[in-house]
Amino acid sequence: MARVMLVGNLAQLTGGVAEFNLSATSVKQIFAQLAELHPGIERHLQEGVAVAIDGTIYQDALLEPIRPDSEVYILPAIAGG
Amino acid sequence: MTMATGTNGTATNGGSHGVVGTRTIRPDGVDKVTGRARFGADYNLAGQLVGRVLRSPHPHARIVSIDTSRAEALPGVKAVITRDDFGDQPSEFIPAGEMMMNYKDVVRNVMAREKALYEGHAVAAVAATSVAIAKQALKLIEVKYEVLPHVIDVVEAMRPDAPLLHDDLFTVGVEPKPEKPSNVAKKVEIVQGDIEAGFAKADVIIEREFKTAPVHQGYIEPHAALGTVSEDGTAELWTTTQGHYIVRAHCARLLGLDMGKLRVTATEIGGGFGGKTVVYLEPLALALSRKAKRPVKMVMSREEVFKASGPTSGATVRVKLGSTKSGHFVAAYAELKYQAGAFQGSPVQPGVFCAFAPYDIENVKVTGYDVVSNRPKVAAYRAPGAPISEFAVESVVDELAKKLRLDPIDLRMQNAAREGVKAAYGPKFGPVGLEETLNAIKKTEHWSTPLQEWQGRGVASGFWFNIGGETSVSLTVNEDGTISLMAGTPDIGGLRASLTAVVADELGVPYDKVRPIIGDTGSLGFNFLTGGSRSAFSGSMAIVEAAKQIKADLCARAAKLWECKPEQVEFSGGYVKPLGALGDKAKPMSIADFAKASGKTGGPIGGVGRINAQGAGPSFGTHLVDLEVDPETGRVTILRYTVAQDAGKALHPSYVEGQYQGGAVQGIGWALNEEYIYGADGKLQNAGFLDYRMPVASDVPMIDAIVVEVANPKHPYGVRGVGETPIIPPLGAIANAMEQATGIRFTELPMSPPRVLKALKEKGVPTKV
Repeated sequence: MARVMLVGNLAQLTGGVAEFNLSATSVKQIFAQLAELHPGIERHLQEGVAVAIDGTIYQDALLEPIRPDSEVYILPAIAGG
Repeated sequence: MTMATGTNGTATNGGSHGVVGTRTIRPDGVDKVTGRARFGADYNLAGQLVGRVLRSPHPHARIVSIDTSRAEALPGVKAVITRDDFGDQPSEFIPAGEMMMNYKDVVRNVMAREKALYEGHAVAAVAATSVAIAKQALKLIEVKYEVLPHVIDVVEAMRPDAPLLHDDLFTVGVEPKPEKPSNVAKKVEIVQGDIEAGFAKADVIIEREFKTAPVHQGYIEPHAALGTVSEDGTAELWTTTQGHYIVRAHCARLLGLDMGKLRVTATEIGGGFGGKTVVYLEPLALALSRKAKRPVKMVMSREEVFKASGPTSGATVRVKLGSTKSGHFVAAYAELKYQAGAFQGSPVQPGVFCAFAPYDIENVKVTGYDVVSNRPKVAAYRAPGAPISEFAVESVVDELAKKLRLDPIDLRMQNAAREGVKAAYGPKFGPVGLEETLNAIKKTEHWSTPLQEWQGRGVASGFWFNIGGETSVSLTVNEDGTISLMAGTPDIGGLRASLTAVVADELGVPYDKVRPIIGDTGSLGFNFLTGGSRSAFSGSMAIVEAAKQIKADLCARAAKLWECKPEQVEFSGGYVKPLGALGDKAKPMSIADFAKASGKTGGPIGGVGRINAQGAGPSFGTHLVDLEVDPETGRVTILRYTVAQDAGKALHPSYVEGQYQGGAVQGIGWALNEEYIYGADGKLQNAGFLDYRMPVASDVPMIDAIVVEVANPKHPYGVRGVGETPIIPPLGAIANAMEQATGIRFTELPMSPPRVLKALKEKGVPTKV
């Protein structure tokens, strides 16, 4: 099971729960499972978030694979100037 | 100076010519020094009109009515536009620079609707046959305002009784949801560990409040756009921008155009630094052109740039840092209040993430507020949000070092983020180079040079994430074997030179046989903008993909020509070579050999890289500055400055050093002189370079640059973005040097002569002024 953590305000959309163990094999599956558990987070996941998988930050990467022992952080999208 | 650590990439099967990492001549250099390069205002079309904008004289006013009839009747006026020429937009967030932007706000920022929300807010625009007529027409537009109370300062704007900018703005991120609107758009927070328990373990706690002023990106080239809309609905736009695909998306949306019918060309750009990631003139030029049925050219004056384009936030920051006697950081807290300008969307989120990112701290809490006030909407500025929060933290770290009687570099080293450390914003770092930059600075002769009275030395570190993102490039092999490289991200900081070097190494061709251009939106697939320190990182990854296609194609053609199996040929050193026994009957063929007869072996040769680049590696930097304070005038002179930053791999060391130097100089300006000064009337008092004092060449010494290279394992060459991190440390480094020089801890920026003089007087130092 991948360990999935929500960073910042995202946990407000899951009733304060910030950590999940999910049997997902892709970012897309993580998003789908979170949306099923907490429908209020779905729109925010679709609007654009960054996903750190085992320390590497990915953006707009729905198909990125997730390993069973992956540590995943979901955080607001990051850009720059 | 370059210091490599770890494994840095080499060409991927191209047979390295060793061009990457060398200081090649910039492909755009001759055009730049001869004046041939065409910037935004250099473009013209036959029959073009002059566009000018009428701007609000009030910082906050309801627009009761706009009467354009007299202006429209003026001979030579071909079109007048107002809010009525733009359909309203629903509330929908889209990525824009460092932040999400709401189209409902975008349409109101390019042209005021219900209210003018800052001095300089566009209220109407005209297109006329001459500048004189356009200016006269602006005077004939009658706008009736109901002037409203305004608020400029971020703390004042947060008060419950502050003048309200938007009656539908309710603070997001607080529970329960507020019942009343306010100027606080959002509260964001990150929490790691237990800060109360952490502070309980601290032997020493430093807590201070800091204030920074809004500063402008200060690009030398003002905003400029030339738009033309045809009777058949197709349109073309030339504009100085960091992202012409983003401009296309915004303009198409605001004007109801199909994206495919709008072709946008990014002109040469005279600086952007994040400030040219949004639209101002572009939709106005197109709307005027559509109405006038002629091309319309618009160029901002410097005053308009200051008053109506985004600076970055000013802010108030409170930082609390706890440490053991031995210098182990045990808890950290910060509260950030960032000005967003007239519409929500300050860079407070990255400010929150970056505040303590350089350090390994178990217990961290950072809270941020995004606050609107009657100022121009902020735009991205190099590492948006990070210089502000990291300035405050680096000042406190320095104070802690003094209190603990520890060397400030050693203290940073003891707590430094390194591979495996969990960042305050969540994930663990991969290989990063903060320790290497600290070591590099400590080894410099600069670090140990003696100082004199009224001189001070300061050090500070900085962190920025960097990003990748959607990127398209194409490589075309011309009939003579030369290569045309097309990228879709405007070249601001040496992109063409950097990417050309990668092409040369990947394909094994000489650097001067590759011609790079920046394509328009009709020539390549989507490209996210040049920002987030992404263009060389992402572009080089896309080139590797495009080059792979070319190499595979050439190998396949060779196998057919030589009537052998594909595995009997390989591409290396710029040639397709026969392997094994095949070498006796077939001679290696160069790219030029294939190019000469491409039609006979399958047609034109080329490759396209279309990727969403992932795996951007963060970049850490450490700066060291010596300065001298004139106690009689409060003037501060930068004596010496050294930057060390991790580039992963410098594709073009001179450009990387240039980024370090440019960032340092902008940071020096931010620290010492730059600020938006408002009067009690809510109007900007220093909207020009004479009164808004940016550093010029004579103000700064040569900035020494040390390029540290800790390879990014996610990039084929090890590259990390480098453009943003160097603006972060100067603010803290200079404040720390000021403390050493004067014994005064400056907590408010800029440390301009009047402020320094006031502090010296309060300390009892005799002054002249």
